[in-house]
Amino acid sequence: MKTFKLGGVHPAANKLSDKAPIEVAAVPAMVAIPMAQNLGAPSKAIVAKGDKVKVGTVIGEPGGFLSSFVHSSVSGTVDKVDLVEDATGKKVPAVFIKVEGDEWEESIDRSKDIVREIKLEKQAIIDRVKACGIVGMGGATFPTQVKLTPPPTAKPECVIINAVECEPYLTSDHSLMLAHAEEICIGVQILEKAMGVSKAYIGIEANKPDAIKLMTETAKNGFPEIEIVPLKLKYPQGGEKQLINAVIGKEVPSGGLPIATGALVQNVGTAFAVYEAVQKNKPLIERIVTVTGKSVKKPSNFLARLGVPVADLIAAAGGVPEDTGKIISGGPMMGKAMPDTNSYMVKGCSGILVMKNEEARRKEASPCIRCAKCVHACPMGLQPNFLSKYSELGMLDEAEAERIYDCIECGSCQFSCPANRPLLDWIRQGKPKVMGILRARAAAAAEAKKAAEAAAAEKK
Amino acid sequence: MLNVSLSPHVHSGNSTQKCMLQVIIALLPALAWSFYQFGTGALIVTLSSVAFCVLFEILITRFLLHTPTTLGDLSAVVTGILLAFNVPSNLPLWIIAIGALVAIGVGKMAFGGLGANIFNPALVGRVFLLIAYPVQMTTWPTQAGYADVETGATPLALLKQYANGADVQLPEVMDCLVGSTGGSLGEVSAIALLLGGVYLLVRKTITWHIPVSVLVSAFVFGWLFFGFNCTVAVEELLCGGMMLGAIYMATDYVSSPMNPRSQLIYGLCIGFLAILIRRFGAYPEGMSFAILIMNAFTPLLNKYVKPQRFGVVKK
Repeated sequence: MKTFKLGGVHPAANKLSDKAPIEVAAVPAMVAIPMAQNLGAPSKAIVAKGDKVKVGTVIGEPGGFLSSFVHSSVSGTVDKVDLVEDATGKKVPAVFIKVEGDEWEESIDRSKDIVREIKLEKQAIIDRVKACGIVGMGGATFPTQVKLTPPPTAKPECVIINAVECEPYLTSDHSLMLAHAEEICIGVQILEKAMGVSKAYIGIEANKPDAIKLMTETAKNGFPEIEIVPLKLKYPQGGEKQLINAVIGKEVPSGGLPIATGALVQNVGTAFAVYEAVQKNKPLIERIVTVTGKSVKKPSNFLARLGVPVADLIAAAGGVPEDTGKIISGGPMMGKAMPDTNSYMVKGCSGILVMKNEEARRKEASPCIRCAKCVHACPMGLQPNFLSKYSELGMLDEAEAERIYDCIECGSCQFSCPANRPLLDWIRQGKPKVMGILRARAAAAAEAKKAAEAAAAEKK
Repeated sequence: MLNVSLSPHVHSGNSTQKCMLQVIIALLPALAWSFYQFGTGALIVTLSSVAFCVLFEILITRFLLHTPTTLGDLSAVVTGILLAFNVPSNLPLWIIAIGALVAIGVGKMAFGGLGANIFNPALVGRVFLLIAYPVQMTTWPTQAGYADVETGATPLALLKQYANGADVQLPEVMDCLVGSTGGSLGEVSAIALLLGGVYLLVRKTITWHIPVSVLVSAFVFGWLFFGFNCTVAVEELLCGGMMLGAIYMATDYVSSPMNPRSQLIYGLCIGFLAILIRRFGAYPEGMSFAILIMNAFTPLLNKYVKPQRFGVVKK
């Protein structure tokens, strides 16, 4: 079985909700839809207090090139546009909507029929994806229309669908595949058409045999160019670079775009959202989210509307247990710890993980014994022990020479450190500083080149 | 109040203590064989060496450094066992005490304790004893007992005489493998040491890079330097401190390099140096010196030998 070539770790899978079917989460009396749901510039709210909206009405416009549309996930009246906390506690603007009934925009096809025939052409698909506010659903929330428009020099060869779900606990992608295999395959074909390629792979880790079986059978019936690739269990296989390496054996060059390998990677949830957008004209207004944890009464997979309070979702899974020490948006390896449960459901939230007090505390760090477990664990071929130390001591030149900018922050080093050292904490401190130096250097070089050219032109 | 520390939010559960405990477990088969081979002497020397190492670490942290005790990481116990494994099983207790003091005091704590030492502490102690008390350190018992036991030539001495052209009876490969030969306390049974090595590999306490490269290199150079004789080359691997060194001493976390490539270079050099000293040096055994010499090169290897990078194409 295939996997990526360097490093990796094996955290306990803890897929507590992998047998839980998708449940539709209740729509509350009031939702708050944040305007910062994508990587890049936040969206700009275009509604005001008193405006009537339906499910699917545009309420936010892209705030820049790397940005997305936001749609109302409910029907009702706009109550206010106010600041709310996002999952990390940062204040972001959000549109509060008082829910009245469940009226959808007429343009949305709400029938249960699966539409196989792809009528839209390449550019129309990309336009539709943009209009429907689709972003990367794996958690990175990169606006999908931007990813579907690679630089003209790129030569796309295939689409790789990320159905790895290598984060422990999370099962949203798994449950989605079991429920919507055919729609996903059509979504993959739409992505192929948008990229002008005729080959696609769906990478699934071996701990989801039912999904591998179902997807393989589905692909056999009318999707001959889609290949299901079972992958050997290893974290961080769902990292874009690691997945490309595992599936087609190529390496994304350091500092380059993944498309340089010819592969366009999209999350399986994104493929499904693209299907709904292109075939059903349905904007991204809801997603599947896993609510789980060892102390959670009923680990669940919810189909939740965007803007639903996170507290409501946890309540639906049995409420916040007594001895809760940490609540994470996302998985335990790369997710973000939430300061409280006052945030709202967003496009990138694949899971809400409740951890017990005893699980939430880190053990005290002891001296580095230079065991090299972090080096063996690093999927990027870095030496996290040195990177951490260089960051700590402010040795940025050395950190740059050790390629701190290649770090994908997967946490494998810190996970495997027997001395419980906060390796990634320190690397996160040094990395942006080095990136800043690199950017400043590139800008200065560009400036100098421009000046030299101008001087040369003047001479002539 | 919720904890908001950064990811990763889970940990493998591994600890320094667990790593050391695994090394201790891996050394038990060899200790059991030594007890069978050398009798109570093996136990007396091992237990007193551990006791002295632990004692000196307590005394140094308590009265010299005034820091909390570091015994919990079990590294002093490992050092104690390894020091004992590298000395004859009839070594007087007072010499063991001196060895433990040098190992813990000079080899480890003087550099700042576990993680900061440049050289393998047990080997520092062992080499100090070898130079300070050469007679006691090189008369190995060939039978069970602690005091007044018969001593004899070790297989390594025979191999050296053979390479020098003397007409000697080579030791049986089987004896070297099982360990029914003379030598330091814990080094005689290659099979018991290999068993522990497999355990360490399975538990992922160590990786294959250092032991395999040491042994491959020692075999190749053993064949080249000892008369192109495969049997002799194999016996070079099985006899003396080669197995103990390759699996348990060269792989010492703190004093060995930190990425697969530098570990391979490090291992190859150790194998080469050990054979070089065994063949042309004044001592019949060169493993300790070879490892200590390469310990000194570890910072250089760490600095100049980089791991295989992801996404970097060779120009």
